[in-house]
Amino acid sequence: MTAGAQPLRTPEPAAPADPASAVLAVERVSHSFGSRKALDDVSFAIPAGRFTVLLGLNGAGKTTLFSLITRLYNTRQGTIRVFGFDMRLQPSQALARIGVVFQQPTLDPDLTVLQNLRYHGGLHGLPASMVEERAAEELERIGLAPRAKDRVRTLSGGQRRRVEIARALLHRPSLLLLDEPTVGLDVALRRQVLDHVHDLCRERGLAVLWATHLMDEARPEDGVVVLHGGRVLAAGRLPEVCARAGAPALEPAFAALTGGGRG
Amino acid sequence: MSPALYARCLRAVIVREGLRFVHQRERFFAALVRPLVWLAIFAVGFRAVLGLSIIPPYETYILYEEYVVPGLVGMIQLFNGMQSSLSMVYDREMGSMKTLLVSPLPRWYLLLCKLLAGVLVSIAQAYVFIAVAAFWDFRPPPMGYLAVLPALVLSGLMLGALGLLLSSFIKQLENFAGVMNFVIFPMFFASSALYPLWRIREGSPWLAVVAGVNPFTHVVELIRFALYLQIQPVSLLVVAGALAVFLGAAILAYDPGRGFWARRGGPAEQG
Repeated sequence: MTAGAQPLRTPEPAAPADPASAVLAVERVSHSFGSRKALDDVSFAIPAGRFTVLLGLNGAGKTTLFSLITRLYNTRQGTIRVFGFDMRLQPSQALARIGVVFQQPTLDPDLTVLQNLRYHGGLHGLPASMVEERAAEELERIGLAPRAKDRVRTLSGGQRRRVEIARALLHRPSLLLLDEPTVGLDVALRRQVLDHVHDLCRERGLAVLWATHLMDEARPEDGVVVLHGGRVLAAGRLPEVCARAGAPALEPAFAALTGGGRG
Repeated sequence: MSPALYARCLRAVIVREGLRFVHQRERFFAALVRPLVWLAIFAVGFRAVLGLSIIPPYETYILYEEYVVPGLVGMIQLFNGMQSSLSMVYDREMGSMKTLLVSPLPRWYLLLCKLLAGVLVSIAQAYVFIAVAAFWDFRPPPMGYLAVLPALVLSGLMLGALGLLLSSFIKQLENFAGVMNFVIFPMFFASSALYPLWRIREGSPWLAVVAGVNPFTHVVELIRFALYLQIQPVSLLVVAGALAVFLGAAILAYDPGRGFWARRGGPAEQG
C-alpha cells in the first residue's frame, strides 16, 4: 500500500470541475490559526442536486471550512463562491442562498418550534405571512406540524434536528450545509435524517454539503471530499474515489488515502 | 436590500428577546429586588451617616432615598447591559449566536438589533423600579417620567455596547464572573450613584477624579437631571461619546475580517 500513503497528485475533482456553474466553489482556500495551519490549499466544487459528503476525522478542518463558508470569519487566502457570489465581496447575496445546520444545537429550548422558525425567518427578512406559510409546509413535511406550538425543550433529539433542517430551508436556500448533523442520534434516527436530506437534495435540486467522520453515511451516488490534516486528498463520486485509491469501498479507500494514520 | 428586510430583522430580534424575558420571570424579579434592597435597607441605614447639601438639580434638602434612586436606575441598566452580554457569551456557547451571524444582513446591524432589544428590556425594568420607588417618597415632577426616557435609551445603549465589547473578549462563562467583579463593582462604587462627587472629594481627591471620568457617573447624572427636567450637558456628551467608542470597538471586535473569532479560531474549534 505504498502508493496510498501519499496524497493524490491531481487536486482537481474528477466530477464537476467547472466552478463557474457550481453552487458552491471553494478555490485554493488556506487558513491558519497562529502557526497552526487548519486548511491547506483546499479546492472543490458542488453542483446543484448533488449530495456531497465532506469526510474527515476530528481535527481535519471541517468546522474551520464551515466557519469560512458561513463567514463567521473571513477567508484570507483563496476564494469561496456561492452561486458565483464571492463570500468576501458579496457576503449578503451569498449568505442569503445558504441554509446551515450547525453541529451544536441552536434552537432556543424555551421557545416553541414556531417561535424559533419565526425568529429565523425574521433574521432573513422574510415577511411574516411567508414565514407562517413555509413553516407550516416544512413542519408538515417532517411530520411535526402538531408540535408547532410546543416548546423545543419537549422534543426529542431527532425531532430537534429535523426542526433545525426545516428552519435552514425556510428562506429557500440553494445550498444546505450540515456540520456533523447526526452527532448524538441513534442508528435509526441517523438513517432517518440522512434519508430526509437525500430526499430534499433529489426533490428540490439542493446542493448539500454534509460533514461527517462516519464513512457509512456516504452513498454510491454521492460526491465525496476527503479532508485530512487540512488538505483535500480526494474528491469526486464515491466509486471514483474508491477506484483511484484502489480500494473496494470507502473505508479502505480512506485508510489508503490517509495512510491509515490520523495525520 | 430593502428597508423592510431590516425592519423585519429588528422585529424578530426584539420579539425573541421579549419572549425570553417573559420565560425568565425570575430574571425580572431579581433585577427588581437588587435595587430595592439597596433602597429599602442600605439607603435607610446610610441616611443617618451621610449629610447632603443642596446641589443641582435639587432645589431643597432631600432625603438620601431620593438621592440614590437615579443611581439605582443606573445600576439596573449596568447589570442589564452586562447581563445581555452574558447571554451573548452563553448564546455563543449554545451556537445560537451563529444563527444570528449567518443572517444575510450586515453584521453591525445584527449587533445593533441585539443591543436595542436588550435596552428595551432594561427600560421596562427601570420604569417598574421608579414606580415602586414612589413608596419611598420618590416623586419627581410628572413630566420627569417622560423626560428620563431618552436618557435611559442613551445610557442603556452605552452600557449594552460596553457589555458587547467585553463579551468579545470572553470565551467562557466562568470568566464572566471576573468581569462582574472588575467592571460592575468598580464602575458602580467609583461613581456618583451612592454619594455626590463633592463628598468623594472630601475623602479622596484622586477617587473623585476617577469618578469624574467614570462614564457610569455620567449615566447616573444624565438620568438624575432628566428626572428633574434638566439636561446635564457634560454627562450627555460623555455618555454619547462613550457609546460611539464602545459600539465602534464592539463592531470591530465582531468583524469577520479583524475579529477575535478569526484570530482565536472560533468559539469551538472541534475540527
